[in-house]
Parts: sequence; C-alpha cells; structure tokens
Amino acid sequence: MAERLSNREGIKGMANPTRYGIERFAYWIQRLTGLGLLAYLIGHIYETSTIVNGKIAWNQMLELTQTPQGHILLTLVIGMCVFHTANGIRVMLGHGGIGVGKPGQPEYPYKAASLNYKQRLCIWVSIALAALAMMYGASVLFGD
Amino acid sequence: MAVVAAKPSEEPKSNTKTTGQTDTITLRISRSNPSEGQESTFAEFQVPVQKWTTVLEAILYVKQNFDHSVAVRYSCRQASCGSCGMKINGRPALACYTKVSELDSNVITVEPMNNFPIIRDLAVDFKQLISNHKKMKPFIIREDSEVTPDSKEFIQTPQDLEKFLQFSYCIKCGLCNSACPTMATDESFIGPQGLAQAYRYVADNRDKGKDERLKIIDDSHGIWRCHFAGSCSHVCPKGVDPAMAIQLLRGYMLGFRK
Ligand code: HEM
Ligand code: SF4
Ligand code: FES
Repeated sequence: MAERLSNREGIKGMANPTRYGIERFAYWIQRLTGLGLLAYLIGHIYETSTIVNGKIAWNQMLELTQTPQGHILLTLVIGMCVFHTANGIRVMLGHGGIGVGKPGQPEYPYKAASLNYKQRLCIWVSIALAALAMMYGASVLFGD
Repeated sequence: MAVVAAKPSEEPKSNTKTTGQTDTITLRISRSNPSEGQESTFAEFQVPVQKWTTVLEAILYVKQNFDHSVAVRYSCRQASCGSCGMKINGRPALACYTKVSELDSNVITVEPMNNFPIIRDLAVDFKQLISNHKKMKPFIIREDSEVTPDSKEFIQTPQDLEKFLQFSYCIKCGLCNSACPTMATDESFIGPQGLAQAYRYVADNRDKGKDERLKIIDDSHGIWRCHFAGSCSHVCPKGVDPAMAIQLLRGYMLGFRK
C-alpha cells in the first residue's frame, strides 16, 4: 500500500497538543522548548563570539539584549530552560521505568496507571517552577 | 414589554434523559475510496438515538435505512474483537464502546483512524499492525513444553500473572497506534501496540525469549522512538496501558530493571 494513501497524521497531528491530556501537552512543549533552547544556544554562541572582535564589538552586542524586547526574550529563555530541565528529568526517569505505575488487574473504567497523578503533578510543578523563574528573572531584568 | 414564551430551564436537558426518550443527532460519516482516487467527503444523516445507542449502532442505522454502501468493519459489538476503531469527534475510539450520549454533542463526526491506510470509508488496513505484532514473536519461547511427558506444569503464582495480565488484554484495535505522535510521522515505527506485546511476553516468567525480543526492538524505528507522550494509554479501551509497558521495557534495556 502506497504511503501516500496511508492517512498518516503527519507533523500537524504530531504537533497538536490538544487531544490527549496534559501528558501529550508536556511532550509538545518539551519539543518546543528543546528547539527553542537549541536556537538560543546557537544565538548565544554567535553573540558571545563577538568578543574576538574586541571590547567595543562585544559591548555593542550586549546592548542588543538591554532592550525591552531583549528582556522579554531572555525571560522566555529562562522559562524554557527551567521547564525543559524539570520536565526532562521526569521524562528521563519515566523512560527508565521509574514512576510509571505497576502492572495489575485492569478494572473498568481502565484508567491507565502510567498516566498517574505523580506524572501530572510533576508536569504542573515544572510549569509552576518555570513561571516562578520567569517572574523572578523579569523582575531582575526589568527592575531599576 | 417583551413576552417570555418558555423558560429554557423547563426544557429537558439532553444529559438528564429519561429511559426510552429518543433524540435526533446528525451523524457525519467520512466517505472515501483512495485506491479509486476518490477523496474524502462527508455524508450527513439524521439518526434517532436513545440514551444507550452506541456510535456503531448509529452507523448501522444509516446502513439499514439510508445508504447500505457505507464501509465499516465490526464484529463483536462488545469491545472484544478490535474491529470497529475509528476517529469519533476527532479522537480514536471503538464505535461499539462509545455511546452517543457520552459525547455531549448533537453532531457526531466519524472518520477512519489515522496512521492506517484507508480501504474505504471507515475501514482501514491492519497489515502493518499485524505484521509488527508478529515481529514481536507473540508466543512463549522456550525449549521444553508443558505437554512433553517428563516436563512439569509451568506453575505461575497470581503475582507472576499480574506482571503481564493487563498487557495480554490487547484486542489489536489499533487505537493506540492511531493516537501516537511518533506513528504520525514515522512510517516504520513498530508502534505502541507491538511494543506493549513485546513486554507482555518479556514479563511472562514462562518465557525465555527476552534477549531475542530486546534485540528486535533495539532498532532505529523501535523502542527508542517512544517519547512517553502517553497518548496510546489515553485511548486504549482495554486498560492495556502500552505507555507503561514501553517504559518498563526500556527500563530493562537501560539496565534500570533486571
Ligand atoms: C539539564 C538540562 C536538560 C535536561 C534534563 C534535558 C532533557 C531532555 C529530555 C529527557 C529530552 C527528550 C524528550 C523526549 O524524549 O521527548 C530532551 C529533548 C531535547 N532537548 Fe533537552 N534537556 C536539557 C537541556 C537542553 C538544552 C540546554 C538544550 C538546547 C541546547 C536541549 C535541547 C533539546 C532538544 C532539541 C530536544 C529534542 C526534542 C524532542 O525530540 O522532543 N536540552 N531534553
Ligand atoms: S494496546 Fe489497547 S489501544 Fe492498542 S491495540 Fe491493544 S487494545 Fe487497542
Ligand atoms: S465491534 Fe468488536 S470491538 Fe467494536
């Protein structure tokens, strides 16, 4: 059967975080923040590499981040970093079979043990930590 | 002065329906025949439903009364055969196990499951699912057998049984593969159904085929493609919890579990 007729959902389906609970949302935002951090890392290396052009070039580059837009960007980076790390630890432990529940006799209505409250709590805690870090970061960046 | 004709609160609410009351819903059925080049279009039907009417029954009502050519696969009508998986209002579910009344909508849209080739209308092709299932060697592997005269019965305690029982409840309906984000983009992925079955046999203490199976799933389109998004377990109608099976299996491969 040709793959063309496969009714595969494709990237649009993969990147739709709305249908399968908060775990799927966490998967989606882990990807986005991972890609965001990668983009930041590349930008960061480019930015800091201006030091080889001397102190003036370096200072000029630094000024770019001293704008409201620069502050918003850095606040976002802080949030991405905190969420990605905290949720990444949850995912890594889960991948090792830790915290994903124990097999047992399935009982109606068949709630999946791997989608347990500990997993959901960890996702919410990751979101809360990211929000707190962003608030603190923004208050420092925008302060005085 | 405006006259209020009827208070809306006096209308019976659809979710407090009394026994035997009939409602009418709009059933939108995706019709397509890709091998004949016929793209998908929606056909709409008005279907009378009661509190207990399932989506499958609504589709069969359409077949009996309006259009017999609607292609749908079903058999047991009781969530046991795994034939009637389809996308119901955007999410994969068994049509025979989904009541119209629990969908909280007067419009119900049924489409073929994603990530499977469409045969026609709501019927999809299970070749890949079955062949991936077979690749997992879904049988007990060991030299001796229970029926040879000098070997004993392979005793299992209830605790031994619980280690794999829920995974053996899989009815191969494919809902998990249809919800999986990796399956959405990787046409060679084994999929949650197959990986959960690999775990079902690995966790069975009568089985000696663990190394063999771990080798099969240790593949670039195997277990490492799972990102634990949990969507498979979210839609599984039998409590198999493929996401748990896959993470426990990966626990073996990473050396976290013995
Ligand atoms: C201590 C910090 C970090 C931890 C614990 C962590 C953890 C993880 C984990 C567990 C995944 C896999 C998620 C999955 O299986 O779906 C992941 C994906 C990823 N991470 Fe990180 N990460 C960290 C820092 C970073 C940094 C600094 C970057 C950027 C340079 C980054 C970029 C990515 C990218 C691009 C992905 C791929 C996303 C995907 O395929 O879903 N990570 N990270
Ligand atoms: S694991 Fe669940 S959803 Fe997947 S095929 Fe088996 S019964 Fe269906
Ligand atoms: S008809 Fe058998 S599972 Fe629905």
